[in-house]
Amino acid sequence: MKRLLCLLLLVACTPVLAASKPVPLPRDSVYQLPVQLTDQDGRQFAWASRRGKVQLVAMFYTSCQYICPLIVDSGKAVERQLTPAERARLGILLVSMDPKRDTPAALTSIVAKRKLDRARWTLASPSPADVREVAGVLGIRYRALADGEFNHISALVLLDANGRILARTEKMGSQPDPEFVAAVRHATAGP
Amino acid sequence: MRRLAAMLLLIPLAGLAAGAADYAQLPGGNFRTALKYEDRKGATRIAPFALMRKPVTNAEFLAFVRSQPQWRRDRVARVFAEPRYLSHWTSADALGAKALPQQPVVQVSWFAAQAYCEAQNARLPSWDEWEYAAAADETRRDARRDPAWRERILRWYSHPSNQALARTGLQAPNAYGVQDLHGLVWEWTEDFSSLLVAGDNRNQGDADNAKFCGAGALSMDDRDNYAVLMRVAMLSSLNAEDTTANMGFRCAKDLK
Repeated sequence: MKRLLCLLLLVACTPVLAASKPVPLPRDSVYQLPVQLTDQDGRQFAWASRRGKVQLVAMFYTSCQYICPLIVDSGKAVERQLTPAERARLGILLVSMDPKRDTPAALTSIVAKRKLDRARWTLASPSPADVREVAGVLGIRYRALADGEFNHISALVLLDANGRILARTEKMGSQPDPEFVAAVRHATAGP
Repeated sequence: MRRLAAMLLLIPLAGLAAGAADYAQLPGGNFRTALKYEDRKGATRIAPFALMRKPVTNAEFLAFVRSQPQWRRDRVARVFAEPRYLSHWTSADALGAKALPQQPVVQVSWFAAQAYCEAQNARLPSWDEWEYAAAADETRRDARRDPAWRERILRWYSHPSNQALARTGLQAPNAYGVQDLHGLVWEWTEDFSSLLVAGDNRNQGDADNAKFCGAGALSMDDRDNYAVLMRVAMLSSLNAEDTTANMGFRCAKDLK
């Protein structure tokens, strides 16, 4: 009996032990990219620090008139399909492709205007030199236009807790892509 | 024995140094791209820059991989390079018969090309810079209006692509002293992913089909310039981790 208890303890403790040692990132993790971001509160954080939680990631820019509000709508639409427990297991990260103008103040204005829940939503800018690499791991193409707008692909990308891409959709708007929602629900389902 | 070891050490170093020094200086100026952008009218201003005279070779890339082993094909992060990355090399740190030292390196991803140039304190050229440099022939800085020159470039595209690549530096230098811009390999540009020929989200959910053919013509100002059109179609169809048997690169630098 004692031995069984020991064994059970061992099994129960193993994940904790494993977690205390840094587990190497999978080779196909987007967090392999060593970049820093600055969020709406001016906090600097490593891109890889998003590890540990399922994430919904998209790229946008705050001065965008047409498609970007739709990107926020799409994130919200996915959110609405989730149970409170599923929602609690999801982080949402919008990364700016226009870091020169998307200062913490500019990002904060979107958080306020769109009434985004800060517990879940983070808006952040990489350094200007890193934007194309972040876009590269997410498969986003973009071009800065002469008038300050951007021509870009709009996509929601679902990452597992280790930063591996689980699903992706380019269908934007308040009617969420059902396949994508299913993937999010599956990824955020309880243990 | 010791001397031999020292010599062996010297060889890759010498290779690296030669690669880093071998840049041509391009004056820049107003340049009219063959691409048509709705937002960009008139000529584009190109700042003075330096461009490698030749594409990066296998030998040069091997020296880089040895000094930065995280770019070995058996260690590279999958998000930065797909499984075919350097797959024609005989092993993770040796070239072999299918990758001769003076052939241009191919099967390299955009991320790997970026990292290589960064290690030389350089960067990839922008598309505008590349197109500007590639507009020259041996004597003229802009030979694009010459049908004979266009014909010569196009001939390369009609060659089957399964033949072994020539060595770099065999072609005559262009008016800027740059070689092999045409007729050897395709080349990554820093902003390859800004070549959005499909328009932004006009083909929702079907972007992969729309990216390559046909759509390229939409953004071409000069429909007869097929060589540029094909480059753009190729670059716009790739992801940053993709590699192909004909895609290489060269680095550029700002000139102060």
